[in-house]
Amino acid sequence: MKKQGPRIDTLTDLFAAAYRIEADAVTRYEMLAEQMETHNNQELVKVFRDLARAEGLHAEEIRRQAGDIDVVAHAQRIGGWQRGDSPEEADLGTAHYMMTPWHALQMALAGEKRALAFFEDIVKTAKDDKIKTMAAEFVEEEAEHVNLVHRLLRKYPAPASTWARDNDPPASQ
Amino acid sequence: MSVINLQQSCKPADYKSAVKPIWCPGCGDYHVLMSFTRAFAQLGLPPEQIAVISGIGCSSRIPAYTNCYGFHGVHGRSLAVGAGLKVTRPDLTVIVASGDGDGYSIGGNHFLHACRRNIDMTYVVMDNRVYGMTKGQPSPTTEPDFDTALSPGGTGVSPFHPLVIALASGANFIARCFSGEPNETADILAEAIKHPGFSFVEILSPCVTFRPDEKEWKNLIHPAPVATTNDPARAARRIMTDDGFNIGILYRGDRRPYSPEFGTQGVDLAELEREFEQ
Amino acid sequence: MSQKTSLSVAIAGSGGAGALTVGNLILEAASASGWQGLLTRTVGPQIRGGEAAALIRLSNEPIECMPDQFELLVGIDWLNAHRFGAEIPLGPNSLVIGDPRGGDRPESFVKSGAKILDIPMKEMAKAIPDGRPNMIALGIAGRLMGIAEEMIDRLIEKQFAGKGQMAIDSSRAALKAGYAAAAGLELSHRLPPPSVKTGRRWLASGNETTALGAIRGGIRFAAAYPITPATEILEWLAPALPKVGGTLLQAEDELAAINMIIGASFGGTPSLTATSGPGLSLMIEALGLATAAEIPIVVVDVMRGGPSTGIPTKSEQADLNIAFYGLHGDAPHLVLAPQSVPDCLFTTQWATYLAETLQAPAIVLSDQFVGQTRAAIERPAEVAFIGQRARQTEFAETYKRYALVANGVSPMALPGAPGGQYTADGLTHTEQGIPTSSSGDHQAQLDKRRDKLERFAYGVHWATIEGDGDIAVITWGSLTGAVREAIGRAAGDGINATLISPRLLSPILPEQFAAAVKGKSRILIVEQTHGGQFYRYLRAHYDLPGEVRVLNRPGPLPIKPGEIHAALKNWRT
Repeated sequence: MKKQGPRIDTLTDLFAAAYRIEADAVTRYEMLAEQMETHNNQELVKVFRDLARAEGLHAEEIRRQAGDIDVVAHAQRIGGWQRGDSPEEADLGTAHYMMTPWHALQMALAGEKRALAFFEDIVKTAKDDKIKTMAAEFVEEEAEHVNLVHRLLRKYPAPASTWARDNDPPASQ
Repeated sequence: MSVINLQQSCKPADYKSAVKPIWCPGCGDYHVLMSFTRAFAQLGLPPEQIAVISGIGCSSRIPAYTNCYGFHGVHGRSLAVGAGLKVTRPDLTVIVASGDGDGYSIGGNHFLHACRRNIDMTYVVMDNRVYGMTKGQPSPTTEPDFDTALSPGGTGVSPFHPLVIALASGANFIARCFSGEPNETADILAEAIKHPGFSFVEILSPCVTFRPDEKEWKNLIHPAPVATTNDPARAARRIMTDDGFNIGILYRGDRRPYSPEFGTQGVDLAELEREFEQ
Repeated sequence: MSQKTSLSVAIAGSGGAGALTVGNLILEAASASGWQGLLTRTVGPQIRGGEAAALIRLSNEPIECMPDQFELLVGIDWLNAHRFGAEIPLGPNSLVIGDPRGGDRPESFVKSGAKILDIPMKEMAKAIPDGRPNMIALGIAGRLMGIAEEMIDRLIEKQFAGKGQMAIDSSRAALKAGYAAAAGLELSHRLPPPSVKTGRRWLASGNETTALGAIRGGIRFAAAYPITPATEILEWLAPALPKVGGTLLQAEDELAAINMIIGASFGGTPSLTATSGPGLSLMIEALGLATAAEIPIVVVDVMRGGPSTGIPTKSEQADLNIAFYGLHGDAPHLVLAPQSVPDCLFTTQWATYLAETLQAPAIVLSDQFVGQTRAAIERPAEVAFIGQRARQTEFAETYKRYALVANGVSPMALPGAPGGQYTADGLTHTEQGIPTSSSGDHQAQLDKRRDKLERFAYGVHWATIEGDGDIAVITWGSLTGAVREAIGRAAGDGINATLISPRLLSPILPEQFAAAVKGKSRILIVEQTHGGQFYRYLRAHYDLPGEVRVLNRPGPLPIKPGEIHAALKNWRT
């Protein structure tokens, strides 16, 4: 189903949406870190915590860029994404207890690409030049994030096809 | 840090407890939990005014993961617990959470009568068409050819149709959701909670461990193409003929909810004895 | 009490003859005259038109069991009356009155040596417009029992008020004819005139007093699934609860009923359900939940013949095992048993109080005999036991629902209280209520739930202990009255015995029990089970000094005081 973002009519809306995207991503990565903790995948606990921290820094940066605009308050007021998650929220359905850093980075890559597409769409459709300009900046930033994830992926190549093999059967409860 | 600020004031988080879910990563129930908290936040309900009641199964673990009052009872009886609570505490918002095994198999009889009784509460069934906690046995909604240790070669038995049963039994609000659409699910849950009487929300919630095929659901679901009806006959035709992936509020009835007489407090107990006296 | 200080009559009839109406009117008139009494009904398996008998015993003293023999049997007709042969014991001192056109007199009645007399009740009734033979029988029995005619006459107007003046007039005429027909007849003895009333007189069944006891104890919600012989408790509560700010909900089955009351009690409302053996079997799992999640509830089991469907309309005490041992896991809970119609009120009220105080489920083991018997009794005294649950309403830090406190009773938060949110759980949990499988938490919570029951001071109500002798007769529940009567008779033979009847069957109270049986050289255990469940229960949990004998028999025939008396008398040391 098609994702519909919040209406972007003002610069405040744009900053709020941008902030919201990063903040949602933080919450989601922290949630995944907790899941990995419960399922004893320590390597991924760290990866998701790192991702959460990185998104937190992005959020902080946006708040700075917004200057006098109270993005925190406004981020709560704007409508959410009507269907599914907000762009940088990692897809919970693709999580796996034996997932590897490569999988987490694939999640992150998909998220950054969705965010990129979100801002590109605003650049294309916005009537207000100020919004267009600012959205273009966000496009640049997201593109940089995409590149960053690509660079990280070089360190973490795709795992062997047997990555999900668990020699133990599931435990009944 | 601003992110913390957002989390503190971001309401759905207020409805989440510190207890960490034991669900498998990738499980649809994580999304359902998210939808719960979003719906509660949307309605602005104080967490202490909500009671989340459940039975046994993966989905029934949900109460402890919320910051509401919770009740995690025995297998299949959550609707009865919810009925007793709501009838005596009409001030509370009662949410009953269940799964396809808990709600449709062992708890099947209570499902019929809860619909019929039409007490003002919301019944959420997380349907993954499998028993997860006991490692993958077929449930009443499992396809007949699903091969398991308990049903080698499949059960050969057709799944039953919870939404049709709910409608025929008198549920006042019937919706189908997909866990992977947590915002829409939250919106529908909020509607279900607001709607007077017994609201039934079936959430398709994939089991990544025993039904990895259900990951495909996200590509199969589609929004209900026609508007909600209050006509049971139309709703029946619609629910019986859809493909099972029709998402939305499918029926919204206007039956009066059941709420029994309470009379007045403080009547002299001696009055009750009078019939024994000569 | 002896056979001589009471007088008993049985009225039998079939196919809508109205034997039960006659029984009710006799009890009510006797009660209004100042006697005390019991009325039990026995019926065939038909819903309508079956054979029925009303058994009434009257006295100047409280009556708690049926007699060894009936002084009078009036058969409006004899169709299928042989079924009641065992339930209506007769002897040479008995008088049997029947209608010559009422069918063949059952052989057992004839063989008993009772005096047999024919009165043509049908024919006499025909002579009265719309006259009914049962009203003739009422007149005969009323006169023979020594009840003044006007005492019954007064009730007829009330009884038939809804049926028009013709019904009233014809009933009066038939009553009069019955009194006239019994002129010159005498029973083996007469009842002494009624003693002066000491308090307000009540007419009630044990099921009704059970229901009142529940409300007095604080019950404000009941969930109901009909089952014989418990239904009257629920039917009494249905209109009564709304009068005191409560309500009743009919459930789809017993599984729902018990889970409904658990839900209501979780919300803070003291709650009850009533059932019988088959229903109790279905409720067992949820009783374990209430134990583990520490939710107070009261379940009244009006015992009937078992196992399985058994004998729905007859009494037995054979649910003791399931009530005590039925729950899986180590699941300490309360089990209580009322001992008489008025004690149904006390015991249910006390059970409610204990359940609420100790945050534990209580099973009240009533039975068909005490539950469905109507009794004319002195108004039971009011007692102060009202359920008060320890609650917490303010929460400074993380609330620990299952905190390990000294008395084991951790204060409960109720939904709605901000800061007290917790999840009640049947899973083994931490003090906070969070599921765990750790051995430490499991042990700690098991200890807590055991200790809170065992450390509580139950006081003198745990058992009825009467008399002082070197024999103890230990019984429970509705047999207490028969044992009391037997001990009274044995005293006349110079045998002194102590009655011990525990009202509280779980938890066990070793110290109190040891004190009660201290120094006894002989113990007679009396119970209405086939397998000696009570004997085994006592053996398992208590030390029984001296020689032990068991008088046990399954239902449906009640154990009579005469049988217990004989067991005492014939016990030669």
